[in-house]
Amino acid sequence: MSGFDNPFDPDTQLHRAGCSCGRHHSQADHDADMKNEDARVSRVVESAVMRGLFPDDRMRRNFLRAVGAGTAMAAISTLFPMGAAKALAQERGKLEKTDLKIGFIPITCATPIIMAGPMGFYAREGLNVSLQKTAGWAVIRDKVQNKEYDASHMLSPMPLAMSLGLGSAKQAIDVATIQNINGQAITLHLKHKDKMNPKDWKGMKFGLPFDYSIHNLLLRYYLAEAGLDPDKDVELRMMPPPDMVANLRAGNIDGFLGPEPFNQRAVFEGFAFIHTLSRDLWDGHPCCAFGVQEGFYKQYPNTYAALFRAIASATDYAHKPENRKEIIEAIAPANYLNQPIPVLEQVMTGRFADGLGKVRNVPDRVDFDPFPWQSMAVWILTQLKRWNYIKGDVNYQAVAEEVFRATDARARMAEIGLTAPKASYMKHTIMGKVFDPAKPAEYLNSFAIKRT
Amino acid sequence: MKTRLSLSQKSALLSLALFGVILLVWQLTTLPEAKVVADGIDPEYAALMGGGASTAASSFPTPAAMGQTVWEKLSDPFYDNGPNDKGIGIQLAYSLARVLGGFFLAAAVAIPLGFAIGNSRVVYAALNPYVQVLKPISPLAWMPLALYTIKDASASSIFVIFICSLWPMLINTALGVANVRRDWLDVSRTLEVKPLRLAFRVILPAAAPTILTGMRISMGIAWLVIVAAEMLVGGTGIGYFVWNEWNNLSLTNVLFAILMIGVVGMALDSIFGLLGKRVAYQE
Repeated sequence: MSGFDNPFDPDTQLHRAGCSCGRHHSQADHDADMKNEDARVSRVVESAVMRGLFPDDRMRRNFLRAVGAGTAMAAISTLFPMGAAKALAQERGKLEKTDLKIGFIPITCATPIIMAGPMGFYAREGLNVSLQKTAGWAVIRDKVQNKEYDASHMLSPMPLAMSLGLGSAKQAIDVATIQNINGQAITLHLKHKDKMNPKDWKGMKFGLPFDYSIHNLLLRYYLAEAGLDPDKDVELRMMPPPDMVANLRAGNIDGFLGPEPFNQRAVFEGFAFIHTLSRDLWDGHPCCAFGVQEGFYKQYPNTYAALFRAIASATDYAHKPENRKEIIEAIAPANYLNQPIPVLEQVMTGRFADGLGKVRNVPDRVDFDPFPWQSMAVWILTQLKRWNYIKGDVNYQAVAEEVFRATDARARMAEIGLTAPKASYMKHTIMGKVFDPAKPAEYLNSFAIKRT
Repeated sequence: MKTRLSLSQKSALLSLALFGVILLVWQLTTLPEAKVVADGIDPEYAALMGGGASTAASSFPTPAAMGQTVWEKLSDPFYDNGPNDKGIGIQLAYSLARVLGGFFLAAAVAIPLGFAIGNSRVVYAALNPYVQVLKPISPLAWMPLALYTIKDASASSIFVIFICSLWPMLINTALGVANVRRDWLDVSRTLEVKPLRLAFRVILPAAAPTILTGMRISMGIAWLVIVAAEMLVGGTGIGYFVWNEWNNLSLTNVLFAILMIGVVGMALDSIFGLLGKRVAYQE
């Protein structure tokens, strides 16, 4: 324990090796990191004040060059109570609710949600989170709708589907952040290694995790681009990831588009190969999201803010390749993913065996990015409409903006010093075809194979 | 002089011999085959594929590996590493608590109701169609409905146990009560025994063996169903344990769980067997 920690604070741990938050090897490391944290907040406040005083950045630089940073700081402090502003930013409102239940499915997509537990991101915000491993996506949906879970790991189309009442009762869900981008793959049985071209896949059976999954939408898109009608020319079966691996081994399915580490696991078991990484279909595609009960941010504003900070910083931490090794060790145990480390390493580092005798090196095979682009939501909605999950008309932008809280995420990310994009919409390129979120109807009409 | 083995000794010997044969066949069929690492394969690739090791976690375990797992799990049955990783003892305790909860709730409903049905032909005829329709429904078919209405996963699994334990107990209680010998009831009536006294001192002891048979059947079904129910809703319990290990494709742990489910099921059944013997009577 360091001399600075209050021994009467219930959150301070006095008797453990390591530090008070549990993320560092020693209290000294912890203090150093916390100082960085403080410094980061200070910097955020200072730059906000400077931006306010000098809307033109060139003017600010000229001013600083002319009078020197120290003088400038002193001069501005007399005008503006910099210390008070910093204290205000540091001050975090009292948490309305500290005990939270958060659900997850044991796949690498949930990395930020999971690692935030053992690595202390929740604890640092004063949250006591119980991470609940859950048996399937439908159970996640039901437990969120029953309010058993305060928040949960979800497939990114799920909150949109739930908010529209597709396949379940209609109940709005907020997407606070996206969890992971990329990190999925099409895996085929070795007996199909001569069928690299998807045009030859007519009559094959594929496993998918859930109707309202990016996997379903991406595989349908991919098949349709190859001229196959996903509803007529192939069979798509919904099943949990371990069943995909077992069914692929048994020959009940020919392949699957599934989450990691199950693609790599099937390769590791020696009967499958990785055909296409999802990043090669749409680089930067959203996969899983962090969904929160609608209205949670109004009912428990400080708790929501703390939860957002924990998840967004964990997602940012997971984005950095140098942290991945430490993360693998935190998420591999039976309490979380319950998967062999050699498999997880291949997934998280991107240096992996493809099952056909080659070692491939794709560092961004899995990546993590919290910002919930509303254009991603619009794309998901166009595809849900394309395959007749959404019947009737839908106001793409309105739904996207209601569910994906991009504006809110941008402000909150800036508060903790993470860079967020200025826009909430961008053009995406999926298999070489540009998607313009401003023209969803035209985009939908441009496809030859569709159900509308 | 040749010593004669008693019947039970003979069957014990046969049982042991059978066990030996099973182990032998098991060992022979799961002998690890050496993975051939062909020449010219990139050593890094081989390492990423598991280094040519033949013990992929998902392959079927040898008896020795199985024994080791059983020993490891049983030597530390009550550890608790957080909400998703608990010892086998804790998981079994969760399952047993749910089973007993649902079972006794069902008993509290089924036995009084069974008395009413067994005592009156009118009530019997009135309720019979409902019972006949509800009885054959697979308890798991109730699960989505329970989750939707009760809105709590743990309570839903208790409800599923309740609904599946209800029918055998109800039917057997009604049957037992209806089949109490007329002579005994007539004698009681002649002696002007009060209805409550009649129920507890005459009908209940007379119907007890049939009622206990119903309870035994119910308990057997409840234990079957809880595993499936917990695999569906997850969280805690032996069913969740099976699902979690399946998620890791670890057949060894799944086999271990199967063994445990069998042992506990046998224990529950023999408890009701003993109880049944205690209430049995000779006419």
